[in-house]
Amino acid sequence: MAARPTFPAGLALDAHKQQACGTPIVELPLPPQVVLALDQGTGYSAEPVVTVGEAVAAGTLVAHAGHPYASAVHASLAGIVVAIETREAAVPSGRSVCIVIDGNASNRIDDSVRPVADLAALSPDELVQRLRDAGIAGLGGAGFPTATKLAYARNLGAHTLVLNGAECEPWICCDDALMRSAADDVVLGALILRRAASAERCVIAIEDDKPAAIAAVTSAIERLRDEALTLAVVPAVYPQGAERQLITAVVGVEVPAGGLPADAGVVCQNVATAAAVAHWATRGEPMLSRVVTVTGSGVEHPGNVRAPIGAPLAALIAASGGYRDTPLRLIAGGSMTGRALPSDEVGLTKSMNCIFVATRDDIGSRLEAVEVPCIRCGDCAGVCPAGLLPQQLLRAAHADAHDTLRQLGLSDCIDCGLCDYVCPSQILLADRFRDARRRLQEAAAMAQKAADARERHGLRKRRQQEAATAEQQTFESVRDRARRPDDDSAGDSN
Amino acid sequence: MRFDTSPAPHVIAGYTVPRVMFQVLFALLPAGMAHVVLFGPGLLLQLAVACVTALLAEAAALRWRGRDAAPALKDGSVLVTAFLLAFSIPPLLPWWLGALGTALAVLLGKHVFGGLGQNPFNPAMVGYAILLVSFPAEMTRWPVPMDVEGSRSWSELARMSVASFYGADLTTHWDGYTGATALDSIRSGLDLRYTLPELLARGDIAGTLGARGFAWINLAALAGGLYLMLRRIVRWHIPVAVLGGLLVPSFIAHGLDSGNALGPAMQAFSGATMLTAFFIATDPVSAATSDRGRLWYGAGIGLLAWIIRTWGGYPDGFAFAVLLMNLAVPFIDRYTVPRIYGRQP
Repeated sequence: MAARPTFPAGLALDAHKQQACGTPIVELPLPPQVVLALDQGTGYSAEPVVTVGEAVAAGTLVAHAGHPYASAVHASLAGIVVAIETREAAVPSGRSVCIVIDGNASNRIDDSVRPVADLAALSPDELVQRLRDAGIAGLGGAGFPTATKLAYARNLGAHTLVLNGAECEPWICCDDALMRSAADDVVLGALILRRAASAERCVIAIEDDKPAAIAAVTSAIERLRDEALTLAVVPAVYPQGAERQLITAVVGVEVPAGGLPADAGVVCQNVATAAAVAHWATRGEPMLSRVVTVTGSGVEHPGNVRAPIGAPLAALIAASGGYRDTPLRLIAGGSMTGRALPSDEVGLTKSMNCIFVATRDDIGSRLEAVEVPCIRCGDCAGVCPAGLLPQQLLRAAHADAHDTLRQLGLSDCIDCGLCDYVCPSQILLADRFRDARRRLQEAAAMAQKAADARERHGLRKRRQQEAATAEQQTFESVRDRARRPDDDSAGDSN
Repeated sequence: MRFDTSPAPHVIAGYTVPRVMFQVLFALLPAGMAHVVLFGPGLLLQLAVACVTALLAEAAALRWRGRDAAPALKDGSVLVTAFLLAFSIPPLLPWWLGALGTALAVLLGKHVFGGLGQNPFNPAMVGYAILLVSFPAEMTRWPVPMDVEGSRSWSELARMSVASFYGADLTTHWDGYTGATALDSIRSGLDLRYTLPELLARGDIAGTLGARGFAWINLAALAGGLYLMLRRIVRWHIPVAVLGGLLVPSFIAHGLDSGNALGPAMQAFSGATMLTAFFIATDPVSAATSDRGRLWYGAGIGLLAWIIRTWGGYPDGFAFAVLLMNLAVPFIDRYTVPRIYGRQP
């Protein structure tokens, strides 16, 4: 077999996928309440368009995406809006304004939800707008609005759509389950996305540890017989599914530092996003639900669950048989990049691909870690997919040397966590780098603020000077006129 | 239900510094056995004094620096320093010189710079170099190895090692039991206008593979080094570069002047070649950072060792070669930063 395309560095990790992947996708019964975070993971919030007390149907728009990084939010449950307030949420900042809907038994579906009849007639621009209205967001983990990505791709003339089915992170298998059970949706969605992005071709990339998904997608592609659509089988090496790494593996180009994939002529979408697009096209349904892996040694029956967006995580865990053993962490995402959540009362977000209930069996290696000084072994540099020198970055981060940090490419770190994973000194490298990035951003913001203040100060000084000059001139002209009493034009000399 | 939080990643491979260090010690085992078989049990005595001194010096230094000594003593790093120094010095060294060298290695080589991970120089080589320039006679007196025709019995070697360890004057009882190393003998032979083939034909200097005694130790160190590479404790860049830096010029020089220049086999299997290539130069703390940097770093060590062996004032050159290249690390690091993904080279 020919060598499979991949990216430099990286590491094959224990997959831990068998736990959740054995059983078919389970449909979560409608929960009594949903908590819809208006920030769906990108840090930008949609604006509510409903008020407390308002009745909503499934599919009713409840928050409008004003910012291109926010995605529209729809009621995933028919019922009454009972609260719009800031709550703990499964987003990077930890909190978001949430719309809370208490369900009623009506199961009423919004009138706007009907199959897209004129799909073929829609222009790419119209298609992008419709996807934005449907609140379609990246289901791979970042939750970035699909429409915005497609718009960038169109503006920069992307030629290739890469559909990311790599799913490289340990524990997560929702995309695998979806590809196995709904490959036709994935492929249909791929075609729609390709048209919306005006891309010439589409490559669906799947890691070679998912033979069933590869078989399902292969036969779906064969059924469709579209020459623009191909399958790329990539090796199961972490982080194969990271956008930039996958693009390099599949297309053979690098995304320029600080640039977008579209700068390299590529747009990347998740396979689950494609399936959601197909869902929208065939049923007219905005993004109301997603498949999420519920796994870890702390949950009784690990598996994949299709659940409404906003469903409390506790409900998802209950549907998976509830907790078992001693769950120590509730992690949104996988073991490498997942975010530990403080509570299971938060709602499912569009960006949450996995709920990892971890016990000591799963995360003992980290819990028992003892940090010792860096011995510069360089194992971190050996695995870094961004080609960075984490040991040098660590020194610069300690010294808070901003120029060095920039030079060493802190902003090119993709936060994959591999440096931590291999570090024999067990240093929390990824977290230090996150911290350093925050400080760098703060410093940049401070510098901007200072520059703004300087400019304001300069303007104010000029205004004051101008006012003083004008006053002086007035004074002088009045004085001059006072000296010449014969001047008639002198104002109020009577 | 509420949960504690902690930053990602939530799982690590569980590699530890002690694991790295003890693997290195383990990999020295074959070379140690060869050493003891060929040169008597002196190595064991040197190891004992070096380890004890190293642990005491480490504990004292950490105490003076106001740090907790327990974890540092358990991480094994200071034992690696002690082992490497003990392997480098002659097995006949009086115990106080071994102790002095080790204490200097740990204090001047490591802790004055801030301890583990901070030292710019390889601590063992710092200790070795100080001993070599301060006590040249003691530092160049080795037992005649067991694989030299007509050498004494191992038990006699053992008695001599113990006596020497306590500082006995070897000239009274054991004159003729000790001598210079092979590289040293070749060096002085060449200075006396012997040709290389004449010297090698003598039989007490070289065997079929390399230097008498040292060839086997080098072979054993090579085996240990390959084990470390297999266990991914050591990556290939430095060992390959060190050997390349030494062997390529010696191959060329030997081709041009076989009467005076040592050939690659003799270079590879004499002195501290394999020990340096796999165990000393590979100390990550004092080595260059990137893979490309490590190739330059290793090649520099090999080349400098060849230059010192050929024209320098010392028969083996690895300690100084390592220290000189340690000095060049910041320079190498500056020009060998790997290309970052998505950036122009």
